[in-house]
Amino acid sequence: MAFAAFASTTAPTTDAPARRRSKVALLLLLPGILYLVLFFLAPLVSLILTSLQAPSEFGDIGMYSYAFRWENYAAVIEQYWPHILRSFGYALIATVLALAFSYPLAYFIGVTARRWPLLQSLMLVLVIAPFFISFLLRTLAWKQILSDESFLVTSLKAVSLLAPDAHLTGTAFSVIFGLTYNFIPFMTLPLYTTLERLDLRYLEAGNDLYASGFHTFRTVTLPLSMPGIVAGTLLTFIPAAGDYINASRDFLGGADTQMIGNVIEANFLVLLNYPAAAALSLILMTVILVIVGVYVKRAGTEELL
Amino acid sequence: MVTGAFADRGADLELVGIQKRFPGFTAIEHLDLVIPAGSFFALLGPSGCGKTTTLRLVAGLEEPTDGRILIGGKDVTTQKAYQRPVNTVFQSYALFPHMTVLENVAFGLRRRKITDARSLAHEALRLVELDHLAARRPGQLSGGQQQRVALARAIVNRPALLLLDEPLGALDLKLRRQMQLELKSIQEDVGLTFLHVTHDQEEAMTMADTIAVMNKGRIEQLGAPEQLYDLPKTAFVANFLGQSNLFTGPVLGETSTSITVDVAGRGIVVPKARSHRHAGDVTIGVRPEKLTLHRENPVADSSHNVMGPGRVRDVSFTGVSTQYLVAVPGIGTLVVFEQNRSFGPVEGEGDEVWLTWNVEHGFGLDDDPADWETKFVADTSTKSIAAQRRATLVTELEEA
Repeated sequence: MAFAAFASTTAPTTDAPARRRSKVALLLLLPGILYLVLFFLAPLVSLILTSLQAPSEFGDIGMYSYAFRWENYAAVIEQYWPHILRSFGYALIATVLALAFSYPLAYFIGVTARRWPLLQSLMLVLVIAPFFISFLLRTLAWKQILSDESFLVTSLKAVSLLAPDAHLTGTAFSVIFGLTYNFIPFMTLPLYTTLERLDLRYLEAGNDLYASGFHTFRTVTLPLSMPGIVAGTLLTFIPAAGDYINASRDFLGGADTQMIGNVIEANFLVLLNYPAAAALSLILMTVILVIVGVYVKRAGTEELL
Repeated sequence: MVTGAFADRGADLELVGIQKRFPGFTAIEHLDLVIPAGSFFALLGPSGCGKTTTLRLVAGLEEPTDGRILIGGKDVTTQKAYQRPVNTVFQSYALFPHMTVLENVAFGLRRRKITDARSLAHEALRLVELDHLAARRPGQLSGGQQQRVALARAIVNRPALLLLDEPLGALDLKLRRQMQLELKSIQEDVGLTFLHVTHDQEEAMTMADTIAVMNKGRIEQLGAPEQLYDLPKTAFVANFLGQSNLFTGPVLGETSTSITVDVAGRGIVVPKARSHRHAGDVTIGVRPEKLTLHRENPVADSSHNVMGPGRVRDVSFTGVSTQYLVAVPGIGTLVVFEQNRSFGPVEGEGDEVWLTWNVEHGFGLDDDPADWETKFVADTSTKSIAAQRRATLVTELEEA
């Protein structure tokens, strides 16, 4: 009896603050939710609807009416599948290259340079420094450096490392180069944050247990830096796959290096084929989601948390 | 790399003229040490005395500035850590967080390409009674369990030499006792050579066959625990390994077997065999539990030393015994441990007492009383540490 009485009186009093707290939480979340609905969910719905539109029967170019034309998807895949493949191919190569450049750099800043904090800060500033100049300007600068009349290309031709009629701009090489260059900081910074926290005592333990430097790196350092690798590759791969600056003809690309971003841009702004552009955007988004989902699952980084 | 077979028994370790300097300070002055195969050896000392550096040198995680390291008669000074037949139980355990307990334990075996790594790892985990947690990750274990995994990960490799770096530091008293016993029995079972680094004198005494007391980068005294306790050679050992009452005075006279030291006007007799110095100013001492308290001035007797009268300044009851602090005019404060044979403290605060001890229980130190004072103050006050640092810096500059 006594227990029952106790329970009945205490239950509401302990519940009430919890309920109040959940209301406060909801209130605090409201701006975020509103923002997401307004600027993510609504455009997404609009994009899906646009992708299914059909040309207006008596309309001008660029006039479309709502329909359910799923054929739009089949049409864009049929027409642009090389661009889609190229986008992911370039993004993959650029990601791998950026990782190969960034890992030693991040390791040096985060582990080797620990004893010299000043050097560490200086190198971090140097990694971030390019952000102070517009990404467009930097890419244009590379266009200058890689152009046919540039010192680099004429020198390469002079020593016969490049054929006399070869170009660097407008090739797959320059597009991938541009992508790699532009995304290296996005790869380096997350790698640095994981490696900076790497407990060197684990490496000593590895050495103590008969693992040489290389084996310790493979079995201890690399798995422990997996969160940084996953974050860095995602931050590089996702934007690189949808990038349209580097591959643009105005920058480092050419007619044969167009990526899906360039196609979407052309369809929206030049051809005024909104359904095709929307369908391509959604395809890009879905493929990225699937790739990222599989990747994160395979990388097994949740075990490290 | 050491592949294939296990070390069939422990190997002896020999350090010859080891010196280790870091930028700015010298961790080890000059160290010569031989640890016989199959022994349980403890390096005991306060933090910063160079004991962990010694261990890291043996493990190959640091390189000596000078000197050689021999394991089982083989010079390993130039070998890398992964090439040495040595395993370490780290103070921080350093268990790989991305591997299961079993993978952690099997790590060394896999690297050495030992065939049935899994079953051997399970066996080692059974030894530390953690086989049921083999599939967990280290982060899911308690501190004590992690410590046992770290131990299993090291001993599963049957290293010729096992290094223990304060492995029990993070454990509570009860678990500590339990692990001390387990470690000791494992050592006896597998017959490996253990080198144990600790600042806990009790731990060193209960576990080790031989203790080396280290201070400021050198070994002060080396011997069996009871030998070190019974006959400390220096004031540092006398005070680091248990407590001591120390007195300084000139030698008044000597017989064929003993010397008499003048301590504030009283003649204190110490056997010659138990005293390192027989002339001039000497420091003598006696352990607190060897002292007996008397309410009346005891009758003089050639087999006992008498001191007093003094006043009891503090009484603290510790269960098994009672600790008295007795202030004796002209000498200072003495510590006395009395067993609680009947019950509770016998004397009260402010009581007048006399102290006696058997002549055979006194000991004479090897230290020169002249530098005894400076040596002692140095350990306690920051001011004198600063002064000492300054002095060493000045000498270093003069050398250069």
